[in-house]
Amino acid sequence: MPDVLSAPLVVEFPFTRSLGPVQSAFLTGLRERTVLGVRTGDGKVLVPPVEYDPVTAEELRELTEVATTGTVTAWAWNPAPRRDQPLATPFGWVLVKLDGADTALLHVLDAPGPEAVNTGMRVRIRWAPQRTGAITDIACFEPYDGEATAESTPHSGEFADPITGIVTPARLDYTYTPGRAQSAYLNALAEQRIVGERCLSCRKVYVPPRGACPTCGVATAEQVEVGPRGTVTTYCIVNIKAKNAMNDAIEVPYVYAHIALDGAGLALHGRIGGIPYDQVRMGLRVEPVWTEGGRHPDHYRPTGEPDAAYDAYKELL
Amino acid sequence: MRDVAIVAFAQTDHRRRTDELSEVEMVMPVLHQVLDATGLRARDIGFTCSGSSDYLAGRAFSFTMALDGVGAHPPISESHVEMDGAWALYEAWVKIQTGEADTALVYSYGKSSPGEVRDVLTRQLDPYYVGPLWPDSVALAALQAQALIDAGDTDEAALAAIATRSRAAAADNPHAQIAGPVPAGEYVVQPLRTGDCPPIGDGAAAVILAAGDTARALCPRPAWIRGIDHRIEPHSLGVRRLTESPSTRLAAEHAGVFERPVDTAELHAPFTSQEVVLRKALGLDGSVTVNPSGGALAANPVMAAGLIRLGEAAARIHRGESDRALAHATSGPCLQQNLVAVLEGESAHA
Repeated sequence: MPDVLSAPLVVEFPFTRSLGPVQSAFLTGLRERTVLGVRTGDGKVLVPPVEYDPVTAEELRELTEVATTGTVTAWAWNPAPRRDQPLATPFGWVLVKLDGADTALLHVLDAPGPEAVNTGMRVRIRWAPQRTGAITDIACFEPYDGEATAESTPHSGEFADPITGIVTPARLDYTYTPGRAQSAYLNALAEQRIVGERCLSCRKVYVPPRGACPTCGVATAEQVEVGPRGTVTTYCIVNIKAKNAMNDAIEVPYVYAHIALDGAGLALHGRIGGIPYDQVRMGLRVEPVWTEGGRHPDHYRPTGEPDAAYDAYKELL
Repeated sequence: MRDVAIVAFAQTDHRRRTDELSEVEMVMPVLHQVLDATGLRARDIGFTCSGSSDYLAGRAFSFTMALDGVGAHPPISESHVEMDGAWALYEAWVKIQTGEADTALVYSYGKSSPGEVRDVLTRQLDPYYVGPLWPDSVALAALQAQALIDAGDTDEAALAAIATRSRAAAADNPHAQIAGPVPAGEYVVQPLRTGDCPPIGDGAAAVILAAGDTARALCPRPAWIRGIDHRIEPHSLGVRRLTESPSTRLAAEHAGVFERPVDTAELHAPFTSQEVVLRKALGLDGSVTVNPSGGALAANPVMAAGLIRLGEAAARIHRGESDRALAHATSGPCLQQNLVAVLEGESAHA
């Protein structure tokens, strides 16, 4: 369907997360090339350590240091690394039981190929040159030719300048497609026409249309051109500039309004210009102002018509 | 306990892309199908519950817009889970058990085509120790598959046979995304090949639940939910035994699976290796028809594929092709959380 629009969409967020005492000690320890586990009530050492026992829910605080060498307990070979994964060349995913630990840590293994990996193989940590207190302070594991040492030694978990929070960036890339109804709306806007859709059941005209009548639960199949003129049904005065590049050129105070376009069954919103902010009123008749190449009205301005009577728009508030 | 049954089920054709459809445009037809099948209107429904995840299509609050397809005015009694629709069905079942509703509309949908679902699913993992490594969904399933191979539970040929059987069965499923002979293909993450992995695509499903005589009035042969339960395992993969699924086993015990044999099982096993784990946990032998729909290997609309297992099992009972069926849904990496239900036709036992 050539009329269906699509556009790249990047959703990116630096999640800031605070750490509990056990997580803080573990991640600070990684920064100091020290791997800490936590001892459960029945004497097991969990690595990576958690704050509560996964079986009993008991609070866990008894930290213990384990080795930086261990044994692979499960593996898989990734021939095609993905963007944010730790290694850029083909690598193994591994669960590693570090010497002195009773549970396994998920990480990656730098090895020449899948034939070099097996369950039971010995590995050791390769530390990242720059460490910040994150799971990625372990750059990866690498093959290691040495016997297991089963000892773990008690550790206070105290370090100078402990990490108390982490920032984990997350980026997901999409190709956004708005679907049939919204594509039709956006395509019409590009021609400076505003096209809504009518519900064939209740006859209401939705602008912008989303494809379904939320009252009747049926498709809004009939396209209806509305406006271009409309009536301000209600408004507010914006006194503080929003932190958004699109608004930088707009001086405050300005008016943001609900506008019922002629023929529409509900109001959409837009900025009102071409009139002092303190003269905007309910019932004011307005029309869209388009800018060169803009895909939607830049703002709405008074038409000079007499104000609409309240009864004419009271159902659209 | 009230007797509650699945009385209607509908699903979309599942496709690799649905660019011409927004979520609500994709969901609305299946809502209409289940309402039409029962003769109910939206205002007759006592409770509505949906399952979906905004992360899939990167569309914030898509579930509120999908609700437009229900016709939620005057305001309805409604809820949503950021999970597979199987868990929305569970919530609806509980709601009916409380006596606050006699009927429920349950739907779910997933549009994986706009994003990279392998990466999207990493965002459900532990954000401190695991998420920063971006282990994708195939990678984690491959760890489990290799653990099964190492344990002698399966091998690559046996996994390929599961893929072949599933896609052969899907030839009779008009909604399937892939069916018939599919090559084993190259490794995606060894030991899993393209053939061991589910297709990526978009789709939606809906069911209607009803209690007691209402169910009998709406459906000639309701699929009675004799038991339903869900259980979860620790989030840390390193503390789990990946070759087993104690949560599935426990949910099955609580759902009453082992009281009498089932004739059919619809298992939500997106990866071939996961069927091996589930068969073991559920004690399924050759007498049970497993995934006659083709299962998630034939169509895997994320967030709907579990609800579809319940719907497919129910539809077989509706059609008289099954008397007692098991339906299973999973969530999280390596079968972390599992829901099991037992469905029966009226004459299955006295």
